[in-house]
Amino acid sequence: MTKRIELNVDGKAHAIDVDPDMPLLYALRDDIGLRNPRFGCGLAQCGACTVWIDGEPVRSCATPVDSVGAGKVTTLAGLSKDGKPHKIQQAFIDEQVPQCGYCLNGWVMTSAALLEKNPKPNDAQIREALSGLKCRCGTHVAIMRAVKRAAQA
Amino acid sequence: MTININRRALLTGIGSLTVSVLLPGASARAATFGAASKPDLKPENLSSYITVNADGTVTAYWGKMDMGQGTDIGCIQMVAEELDVPVEKVTLVQGDTINSVNQGGASGSTGIQQGGVAIQSAAAEARYQLVQMAAQALNVPADQLSVVNGVISAKSDASKKISYGELIGGRHFDTQLEWNKQIGNALFVSGKGKIKPVAEHKVIGTSPPRRDIAGKVMGTVDYICDIKLPGMVHGRMVLPPIAGAVPLSFDKASVADIPGVEIVHENAFLAVTAPKEWDAIKASQKLKVTWSDVKPPFPDQKAIYDHIRKAPSIKRETLPDVGNIDEAFKGAAKIVEANYEWPFQSHASMAPGCAVVDYKPEGTSTLWTSTQKPHFGRDGVANSLGLPAEKVRGIYANGPGSYGRNDSGDAAAAAAVISKKLGKPVRLQFMRHEGTGWDPKGPASVHSARAAIDKDGKVIGWHFESKGFSRLDVDSNESQPAHTLAGQLLGVPLKFNPQFGTPEESYGFANRRKGWDVIAPLLERNSPLRTSHLRDPVGPQIAFASESFVDEVAFATGRDPVAFRLDYLTDPRDKAVVQAAAEKAGWQPHTAARKQMVGDIATGQGIAYSQRSGTRVAMVAEVEVNRTSGKVWVKKFTVAHDSGLVINPHLLTMCVEGNMVQGTSRALHEEVKFDNKSVTSVDWMTYPILDMTEAPATIDVVIVNRPDVKPSGAGEPSMRPMMAAIANAIYDATGVRMRQAPFTPERLKAGFV
Ligand code: FES
Ligand code: FES
Repeated sequence: MTKRIELNVDGKAHAIDVDPDMPLLYALRDDIGLRNPRFGCGLAQCGACTVWIDGEPVRSCATPVDSVGAGKVTTLAGLSKDGKPHKIQQAFIDEQVPQCGYCLNGWVMTSAALLEKNPKPNDAQIREALSGLKCRCGTHVAIMRAVKRAAQA
Repeated sequence: MTININRRALLTGIGSLTVSVLLPGASARAATFGAASKPDLKPENLSSYITVNADGTVTAYWGKMDMGQGTDIGCIQMVAEELDVPVEKVTLVQGDTINSVNQGGASGSTGIQQGGVAIQSAAAEARYQLVQMAAQALNVPADQLSVVNGVISAKSDASKKISYGELIGGRHFDTQLEWNKQIGNALFVSGKGKIKPVAEHKVIGTSPPRRDIAGKVMGTVDYICDIKLPGMVHGRMVLPPIAGAVPLSFDKASVADIPGVEIVHENAFLAVTAPKEWDAIKASQKLKVTWSDVKPPFPDQKAIYDHIRKAPSIKRETLPDVGNIDEAFKGAAKIVEANYEWPFQSHASMAPGCAVVDYKPEGTSTLWTSTQKPHFGRDGVANSLGLPAEKVRGIYANGPGSYGRNDSGDAAAAAAVISKKLGKPVRLQFMRHEGTGWDPKGPASVHSARAAIDKDGKVIGWHFESKGFSRLDVDSNESQPAHTLAGQLLGVPLKFNPQFGTPEESYGFANRRKGWDVIAPLLERNSPLRTSHLRDPVGPQIAFASESFVDEVAFATGRDPVAFRLDYLTDPRDKAVVQAAAEKAGWQPHTAARKQMVGDIATGQGIAYSQRSGTRVAMVAEVEVNRTSGKVWVKKFTVAHDSGLVINPHLLTMCVEGNMVQGTSRALHEEVKFDNKSVTSVDWMTYPILDMTEAPATIDVVIVNRPDVKPSGAGEPSMRPMMAAIANAIYDATGVRMRQAPFTPERLKAGFV
């Protein structure tokens, strides 16, 4: 019961034959061969698998691949332009945010989307927008600094 | 030790060629010192630690691990310092058993304290050897030479010079060091080259940035889960619904429709594989298994602390008594007593454990692992595969965070079992419910404290006891199958190690006793509640109790908590951190809970302090407690941190920040839930951690630099006093004394009435 599914990921078109109920995460990792986003929970609870679909952060572990349709998928690696970091990536680098960095897809993709909608968020808005994402290493205060830095860039 | 400079150069008669480098305009020539091929990887060989490359850059090989706190950068600084080369010219290679000796991996916050100073000492010897080579090459006595940026020149004639690259670049040191014959954390080597006095430091004490950040943020580096090999299959475990049950049989037909599925079963070990990851996951969920009928092994969670109190002690240890504790309590005008309780906690790493093993009956097998101890992980996989350690290469890949002995070692062992059975490379990853539900846990414990007070309010007796599950049901590394879940499932005989600990502090109460008891595990084999090291093993629970009790006694004797500590502490460094934290935080002395309220919000300050293996940390927590919801927000921490000589102040600060957030999470949220059958904390809903909306607004780290004291650890010490600092602040805010962790809204509200 596989189905041919076409996906646009980081500007490239792909056609894969997969179980339509399979989460997008496995299509990206296993069928298209990308090396992130990553599996953290498979339950839409952590953010490690976050990608954008048409600019909206979604948890790819809980998004059936068939539901993506013509949506344009952007991954963390696809956020940079010509090797140049997105301003939120630059801020995370400047603030030396990550420890293990496993959680980064969620924090970077979600805060980048936040700044698209609200370029000058206050502390409470940043916290609210990033609520629910997990970082087990506890880099939260550095993330706050980075998002504020990017908002000023 | 053998000083053997230029042996080959002399033997081959090419030493005279060195003259040519002195000629003006002479271009760089091939180096001639040292050995052309790399000597064997042995702890006593200088080449095992330091290589000078053809371009004059330096590569250091390190047998510890950085887990994202930047200890590798600290080491690079220590190497650069001793070799007098710019930091940018030093690269550090870690986590590959093929090119580094076993320095213990990440362990006990000893990255700098032991692993760093060992490689620093090797670098000092490398510099010594290089200067000897230069003396010969330049025909200038060694003591007439100086080194700047990797170039050695005559003090009297700067034109007489030669670079490290010209001496030995692309070749290898062939001299030996004195090795203390220890493997692991304690490994130390030294030579004739002595490390520099602190006054000469140029690199140590500065803050060069980490080098792993950009790749992580840009999404361009591989993690353990990204390792892919040709022919590799994906594995998933099938673990029992009732802990201790074993699979009696399974129905192959239940997964027959899944392409390429294979089932691996031996004793209690049951796993499935498939070429596609999603198929392996489906197979693990669909496989119909008949499990043995076992009695549910666990008590009701509500009864866990009673169980600990009543269970027989299987091992007891005490520190030597100071004074006469019994007399002190007999003669006391007043006795203060309190009991504290601490739950099982999970590593709950950002992702469940994952490993890739490629078993090769001939040649070299390979383990890719995100364990913090790749050398021990390699040993364990070699054991599982039935191969000598040198036939297995262990390679570290970035992982989902590691704060002790998490489930990555279990993933490696399971992958090895499957790879050997199937003869294929296997990538095994646990699922989230296994990562939280089946990882080794930090132990649950109870603590009882009593203090004898004389008629003047002076503390004359102090008695502190801990009783709990061992900190080491399984060892802190996975080098033996008995210490892995896979090994236990296969039925390997257990090696149980009952250990706990006592408070590390310097209170000089006249009469004192400190001891601990360990009880047997609830289920001896294949237990989802088996314990092992979780960041600062047993430190947070012990200090939660002991430092909360210090506050209780301070108030019982009418004293301010800071003044009380300063009265009784005997170690000047301890006093200094307490003073530094209190001063920077703007400590407001008080002798009872102040219960300051604005609307629904009660605010308070709390202090706590402790030592850990040489490091001292004191901190002030400032909390807001919502009297309606019972929620606690730690708004601000002020942390005074004395870990001796500071190598990289910025990265030290960041490391402490991470500790503070993780520790706040443990203090406010984390408690492994279980029913009589198994662990029921299986994801982020059932094992919540601190959310961004709850993160502290400010973490103010005051670094107490002590250049005269050797560097000690920073990865864990600030985790230790944190829970007490928060509990003490909650008390100041509300008058409610938290004696059971975590400090949940339910527990707070129960105290409000
Ligand atoms: S892996 Fe998708 S949210 Fe956790
Ligand atoms: S940096 Fe490790 S989980 Fe966020």
